[in-house]
Amino acid sequence: MKRALLIALAAVGLMAAEPPPAPDRPLPDAAQEARAKALFADIRCVVCQHEAIADSPAGIAADMRQLVREEIAAGRTDAQVREDLVRRYGDFVLFKPPVRAGTWLLWFGPMAALLAVGIGLLTFSRRRRAETPELSVDEEARLADILAAEAVRRDPDAKASDD
Amino acid sequence: MAARGQFGGGGSALMIVETGAFALVLALVLSVLQTVMATAGRMRRSPVLAGAAQGAAIAAAGAVVVAFGALIFAFAVSDFSVANVAANSHTDKPMLYKVAAAWGSHEGSLILWCLVLTVFGATLARARNLPFGLKTSAMATQGMLGVLFLAFAVFTSNPFERLNPAPFQGASLNPLLQDPALAFHPPLLYCGYVGFSVCFSLAVAALIEGRANASFWPAWGRWVRPWALASWAFLTVGITLGAFWAYYELGWGGWWFWDPVENASFMPWLAGAALLHSAVVTERRGALAGWTTFLALLAFTFSMLGAFLVRSGVLTSVHAFAVDPKRGLMLLAILGATSGLAFALFAWRAPRLKGGGQFAPVSREGALVLNNLFLTAACATVLLGTLYPLILEAANGATISVGPPYFALTFVPLMAVAFLILPAGPLLAWKRGDLKGVGQRLAVAAGLAILVALLGWMAFEPRKALSAAGIGLGGWLVLGALAEIAERIRLFRVGLPESLRRARGLPLGAWGTVVAHAGLGVFVIGAVVETGYRVEAARTVAVGETVTAGRYSVRLDGVRIVEGPNYLAESGALTVSLNDGGAARVVTAERRFFPAGGQTTTEVGLDFRGLDDVYVVLGDRAQNAAGAPAWSVRVWWNPWARLIFLGPALMALAGVLSLLDRRLRLGVGQRKAAS
Repeated sequence: MKRALLIALAAVGLMAAEPPPAPDRPLPDAAQEARAKALFADIRCVVCQHEAIADSPAGIAADMRQLVREEIAAGRTDAQVREDLVRRYGDFVLFKPPVRAGTWLLWFGPMAALLAVGIGLLTFSRRRRAETPELSVDEEARLADILAAEAVRRDPDAKASDD
Repeated sequence: MAARGQFGGGGSALMIVETGAFALVLALVLSVLQTVMATAGRMRRSPVLAGAAQGAAIAAAGAVVVAFGALIFAFAVSDFSVANVAANSHTDKPMLYKVAAAWGSHEGSLILWCLVLTVFGATLARARNLPFGLKTSAMATQGMLGVLFLAFAVFTSNPFERLNPAPFQGASLNPLLQDPALAFHPPLLYCGYVGFSVCFSLAVAALIEGRANASFWPAWGRWVRPWALASWAFLTVGITLGAFWAYYELGWGGWWFWDPVENASFMPWLAGAALLHSAVVTERRGALAGWTTFLALLAFTFSMLGAFLVRSGVLTSVHAFAVDPKRGLMLLAILGATSGLAFALFAWRAPRLKGGGQFAPVSREGALVLNNLFLTAACATVLLGTLYPLILEAANGATISVGPPYFALTFVPLMAVAFLILPAGPLLAWKRGDLKGVGQRLAVAAGLAILVALLGWMAFEPRKALSAAGIGLGGWLVLGALAEIAERIRLFRVGLPESLRRARGLPLGAWGTVVAHAGLGVFVIGAVVETGYRVEAARTVAVGETVTAGRYSVRLDGVRIVEGPNYLAESGALTVSLNDGGAARVVTAERRFFPAGGQTTTEVGLDFRGLDDVYVVLGDRAQNAAGAPAWSVRVWWNPWARLIFLGPALMALAGVLSLLDRRLRLGVGQRKAAS
């Protein structure tokens, strides 16, 4: 009894849990289909959680794939397809956000972070160096001797004193 | 069957759950005691109070072990009078997933978090080689973290709350989570996340103690490094398991989606990797002390941020399973309080920290600083990409999505430059390196790497210059690691027996470096090849028809209904064969329906072909043109996908090797401290 019920449930679940999405019909032109596939990976399914329409099983993702294929078949460029999608669904639909006033920090932030950390480390080490007292003439001479001796010993294993 | 669990199976089970609830409160009280006594012990320099704090830390860990054990017991016997069990379990579930459900929910995962926190805290309390001031301060900090998280558990997320009347059956765990990889993913991930709490406590303690003497920082580096290494290795395995789960459970053919939840675990990993390298400089040369403490604070801050992002539901993600905005706010408060105070302490004390040894820009230290520069910038990039949509929406209501193309343009170039420099680092001498000499030693590896890139360019269709360069870069990392070993054992310069003798004499830490960097290279090659050259094909096929993806063909042999322990499945048998002959193999791909939650999941059919995967997903049932039943079948040929998971495995192994290094063992430190 339980088993029959389960099978009935499963039949419903496996076949009709969600309205069947329109089947994917690849474009006949292989180059166009490749372009469509590349676009699918960068376009977000608008009802899903962080899924590209390439991956999403949702019905709307299938509709969006269909739309992209139709537009490509109609001879539109990738940029035009993207523009059209943004007109319909907003910037949200693009996994690569547009570069505009509101997203400058997003796009240039990484470079800024690299510069900021770099400058921070540099000034830090400068200051540290400035704090150390200058060597006397005698010490400089001894250091030069030691360094000259060390240059010959090209040894990555040269152990620090605490080894 | 089900009735046994109804009312906790009589008196004993009832008591076990109540004992767990009591133990959780007890752990909170003990953590408060630990904090108070460690603080008082530090201020009065009283070994008695410090000893009491140590006892409290160990007892708190014991209490959380009891609480966690009780929770697992409640799940194991399906005691649905416990609300958390009723909400997340089901009598039909296999035992592994019943137990794993104990940490699958918000409440359970928080107890797991507290468990790791207090057990690591007890280990810290038992460390014998730490100086009194540092140890008591660290115990107080760790105790404070325990108080915050245990209070959060007891007052807002108690997993032992009862239901009256108890329901007859549980609501089950999300079937996507009923998977072996995911059963072990959270514990490993949490060991990594929370392991950084010890680094955090040691950093706070170091800032409080603020020792100026030269010998303090190398010793501190030696105490922090094992924790950083272990946490990072755990995190590596945890993230890889998560990626592998996404790969074969979601059925999308991908393994990393730059999804916010993935990023949340990736940020502490990056910060932890930076910490590992920076701590080496602090340990060996006493330098970069301030920077290393900063990274130690940062690593755990990112861990808490990760927990907040995942648990609060502020981010939409394919991985977010137990979310609650109100509790998210509490987590944010804990995060703000602990990190805010710690970084304020840092800003106050760091300028006064006295650094150790000097070094020239071209030196091992300099290379490690560069490593830190790129890793932190990469970490900032991931942070920006993860939080920017939230910030922008809060600021002006605009919604944007940040996905893989963004990270390909920002994160990947940063890492590529870092990888170009990487092989030179371990070959540079401390203090002052010889760049020309390093260039000569790496010349062969560089030549071979270019050859690898050329071979990659010719081997794969369609030809892609960027992917070939990526293959070369991965090769450069592997060859650079081999060059380091060759250099260290004087390969081809002394006799082979002498080289072997030197190889045996190399410290395990050196092997750790080599294996980690080679593992990174292996990962890069796998990721580049898989991403650049994977072939996907989808078709609706009836039994007997085939789908062709690249050099493989997949034929649908038949579909039958299979009854699992708690699901029913359409199970497809598919034959995978090479187009130009070769062995054919049968894989099984399933679509599972879980009646308890009304959800459907896919079980991917995977054919491991050497380094390649043939990845088969059985989709919806439909009808073909002739009216016969047909199924949409998606097939991916993922070349060299094996390397993507082998690389991180090597990196985690490298972490273990380094941990086993003689210099990091507690005993050695003890003898050193005693002498």
